[in-house]
Amino acid sequence: MSELGFTEIADTDPPLSVQRPELIASVAVSAARLFNGFFEWFGSLAIFSWQVLRAGVTPPYEWRELIRQLDEVGSKSLPLVAIAGAAIGVVISLEARYSLTRFGARSMFPATLVYSVIQVMGPILTGLVVSGRVGAGMGAELASMEVTEQIDAIEASAINPYRLLAATRILACILMLPLLTLATDGCALLTGWLAQALVETLSFHQFISNGFNGATFNTFLPPTFKTAVYGLIIGLIACFEGMRTRGGAAGVGRAATNSVVLASLFLILADVVLVKFILVVFH
Amino acid sequence: MATTYDIAKKQEEPKQDGNVPVVSVENLCKSFGHLKVLNGVSLRVNRGETLAVLGRSGTGKSVLLRLIIGLETPDSGSVRINGQNIAGLALDRLGAIRKKMGFLFQHAALYDSLTIQENVAFPLEHHRRDVSRSERADRVKQLLAEVGMEENLDKMPSDISGGMQKRVGLARALALEPEILLLDEPTAGLDPISSGEINELILKLQRERQMASIVVTHDLHSARRIADRLALLNEGDVVIEGSFEDLQHSDNGFVKEFLNQS
Repeated sequence: MSELGFTEIADTDPPLSVQRPELIASVAVSAARLFNGFFEWFGSLAIFSWQVLRAGVTPPYEWRELIRQLDEVGSKSLPLVAIAGAAIGVVISLEARYSLTRFGARSMFPATLVYSVIQVMGPILTGLVVSGRVGAGMGAELASMEVTEQIDAIEASAINPYRLLAATRILACILMLPLLTLATDGCALLTGWLAQALVETLSFHQFISNGFNGATFNTFLPPTFKTAVYGLIIGLIACFEGMRTRGGAAGVGRAATNSVVLASLFLILADVVLVKFILVVFH
Repeated sequence: MATTYDIAKKQEEPKQDGNVPVVSVENLCKSFGHLKVLNGVSLRVNRGETLAVLGRSGTGKSVLLRLIIGLETPDSGSVRINGQNIAGLALDRLGAIRKKMGFLFQHAALYDSLTIQENVAFPLEHHRRDVSRSERADRVKQLLAEVGMEENLDKMPSDISGGMQKRVGLARALALEPEILLLDEPTAGLDPISSGEINELILKLQRERQMASIVVTHDLHSARRIADRLALLNEGDVVIEGSFEDLQHSDNGFVKEFLNQS
């Protein structure tokens, strides 16, 4: 049976040399579509950004919605980033103690913890946690509004949806990310110190004074405030993906997923550029 | 001697002549990809007049309303509101014209995170900031009373029926006291009694407010009840425009078929 099957396939399929031009053409078309879609996405994002910027800087300003979004992005994300910060503080503390003991540099523990948390882990962790919570929420909320014509209803009521929905959300993300980062850093340092204090005598005052010894504002402020750029990325991508959604419930799901995935990806890529920028400008 | 700029500017200025139609659509064309939805539609609606736009599903009736309020941009042709062409206007300039228009969406499109009274208050809070909060609240109650929804102020849109949602949508559309009312399938999906109630409500509002109204519907009975004139769309163009009697006396095959099947 199987032999007969193979014979049939061999008889009906054209030889590989005949198939190859068609295969190349098909791959070329797919690549062109992908390329086109890539630039179309960036082009649409640029137009969207311009519309939001233009709407956001001209009155009337939507203060009430901005305050609501500050609460939504800031206060409601606080418990999550605090827990994530506390957990990562313990992890870094355990790992740092083990590695530093191996290399005979246990006295460096406070500085290692402080620098690791504030310069590296705090900002990126906050960005990723907020991207997951806020990005998905915003993307899904706006997408749901789009597919049920609520955004059209806002526009039909002579209210600029870019100003009311997008500008307020993006600004809230920009303003709240640095503050949430400070909360993450604080929780991580506290639990990191606690984890260390449980195994050896280390007062909090001693931990802080050793950890911050020789540090300047330039050491800590740029890594904290770079998260405003993360906020811009999270807010912009979530609003963009949400407000251009098509296709019912599936579209809403796609917008939520895209918001998180793309925001997280761009956030990590932006971190590469921002770290280099901070090293060049501030050190 | 008038320059080209002067002529263009004059064309853009709203005419103050009382005979100018409130809504005027000329040779409107709209396509989505390769699909041509509207192909040279022309319509006019005067103050105090109700025009019903009829047609089969997918003939571009809702698209026509979205073009009139500027939610879609036409490929060619013009949409004039009180003589001013809205095509190509920036969002904020378009906003000034939209304040004169009320739009009832097919599925009401109520804001699902707001209560019913917050939904109706929404346009007032954004455009009547000079009015005190208590006055706005009174106005919301008055609007909801007009549509028979004064008992449901604090309910959420998901807690009320489709007919009730349309009533609330209508109250929201009337919040800014529009000169033009656009109704997209106001009776679609409703039982005959609710449809009748909505029709009577629209008629009552028309008598009291003398707005220019465009009602998109495939419900011939509803159109006959509430409209002064009817326009039948087919394949992106107006097949016939006139009174119900004009439609009845038409020899056009499509008109006959539409009336027979309705």
